[in-house]
Amino acid sequence: MVPITTFHYLVVAAALFVLGVIGVLTRRNVVIVLMSIELILNAVSLNLVAFSRMWGNLYGQVFAVFIVVDAAAEAAVGLGILIAFFRNKETINIDEIDLLKW
Amino acid sequence: MIPLFISALDSALRQPAGIAPFLISFVAPANGEMAPVATPFFFYLLSGLAVAGGLLVITRHNPVHCALALIVTLIAVAHLYLMLYAPFVAGVQIIVYAGGIMVLFLFVIMLVNIERASKDRRFNRIWPVGLAAACALMGLFVSAFVKSRALFPDRMIKLPEASNTQEIATALYGEAGRMGQYTFAFEIASLLLLVAILGAVIMTKKRI
Repeated sequence: MVPITTFHYLVVAAALFVLGVIGVLTRRNVVIVLMSIELILNAVSLNLVAFSRMWGNLYGQVFAVFIVVDAAAEAAVGLGILIAFFRNKETINIDEIDLLKW
Repeated sequence: MIPLFISALDSALRQPAGIAPFLISFVAPANGEMAPVATPFFFYLLSGLAVAGGLLVITRHNPVHCALALIVTLIAVAHLYLMLYAPFVAGVQIIVYAGGIMVLFLFVIMLVNIERASKDRRFNRIWPVGLAAACALMGLFVSAFVKSRALFPDRMIKLPEASNTQEIATALYGEAGRMGQYTFAFEIASLLLLVAILGAVIMTKKRI
């Protein structure tokens, strides 16, 4: 059996990234769009940890921890915006969120 | 299959030292060092789980089902971190992501989930364009990976697992009174979290 190398992890991360991009670009529900962004962030941090293993140092893992911090901040602010918007417009559909469209 | 198992168990029980050394001999070689067991099998199992969870996230109708599928993906990725000798990141992934952020998501789904939304169309009007763009991105990944396959060496360096948390802490906090390599970035990250908390509270409050 082929041994598992960095390349295998990169392929998995690329698949997760593309799935997240598809979710961001096609779904209507804002909550699910935010979840797709979490998928993308996970793909990136999987890449970082795989490279950390490849080079044998810990910098990639430190950056993965920072990405978790970033994801927490992004989820909190994004969901706050979502609740504020839902209070005003009674909708969470991307198609109907076009206040800034001229 | 079952008679084979029974005969193996029987021969194990007949051994003078009992069954425990027999079971351990499956996972650890004789010199006492734990060797990775069936790495390709677990890699393919976990990455299959992660990708299947991602597929469910972007296709399910009900946001709660999407959140549960995302939790499956997050836990599978956490186990992939464990296979990459990153136990601290795996723990952070499970505690903060699956335990914290997903609970936040579920709360917001409860707050804003209206009946009409679950009967709505799942995909927006221009979904073919989005799908085409994502396919172009996938083609870019495939061509880049095929062309640059030689850039990624096949070696996988075994990182020390027991001191992993300590070394990450040294990089983040520094040691013996000196600042670590990422201490400044760590402080900035705490500031980012503070700003995010304030922003979330201010935007969610009805009137300030």
